Amino acid sequence: MTPLTFYLLFSALLFAIGLAGALTRRNAILVLVGIELMLNAANLNLIAFWRYGPHPEALTGIMFVLFSIGVAAAEAAVGLALIISIYRHYGTTDLNRIDSMKG
Amino acid sequence: MSLPFAIIAVLTLASAVAAMSLRNLVHCALALTVTFAGLAAFYLTLDAQFIGYAQILVYIGAVAILIVFAILLTQGGDAPRQSSFSASSVVGVGIAVAVFGLLSGIILTSRALTHEIRPPPEATVRQIGNQLMGKFILPLEVVGLLLTAALIGAVLIAMREKQDKSR
Repeated sequence: MTPLTFYLLFSALLFAIGLAGALTRRNAILVLVGIELMLNAANLNLIAFWRYGPHPEALTGIMFVLFSIGVAAAEAAVGLALIISIYRHYGTTDLNRIDSMKG
Repeated sequence: MSLPFAIIAVLTLASAVAAMSLRNLVHCALALTVTFAGLAAFYLTLDAQFIGYAQILVYIGAVAILIVFAILLTQGGDAPRQSSFSASSVVGVGIAVAVFGLLSGIILTSRALTHEIRPPPEATVRQIGNQLMGKFILPLEVVGLLLTAALIGAVLIAMREKQDKSR
């Protein structure tokens, strides 16, 4: 059985990869993908703490991740709808060229 | 560290890096699917079977497909002519490395982390269902409301405006 520390380090690395992608990519869809990776890293942390915690029979970690997955799905749907709407308006998803909030 | 953990970790991290660095957007989406599958495998090794399969259903089955749809509805798989990274990408990578250094420093020096191995807990679907219908009924209803609102909102946002129909 792998110790808890390895899971936490793995999830920190995944979080850093997602953060690097969200900060550096120019395409709006890939920024959203980076945010999804960060959310998933947090979920893995919650499950690892649930598994190694003192009261796993309370199932709180599982419930937390279940609701987090639901919220992340809603976030992805709304985010991608926004990106499609922006693409229709500007003709691009390049974040450097989307620089005005005027309609 | 066990061998399955190492294999899954390497696969997942490599595909995550690929998802964040490839030029072709469709390839990025495919690599992202592998990352989600690796995370589902991690949930299975952590005795959270229900979450593992929920991850496969929601992320691989829905979110990845949604991202592929968004990619194909916008510019498609053709790589952009200029660089696909922003001009200040060095700063972004630097921030990410700093965040990872901070997090790993905290993890490695923490004394609160347990090192004892516990027997696998029971998390059957029956128990999860009982908890969802009992202690966690309010969050469940709120998430249902949120998903409904997000569904309607996403359709409204992505719906073509009337005057745009001529385009």
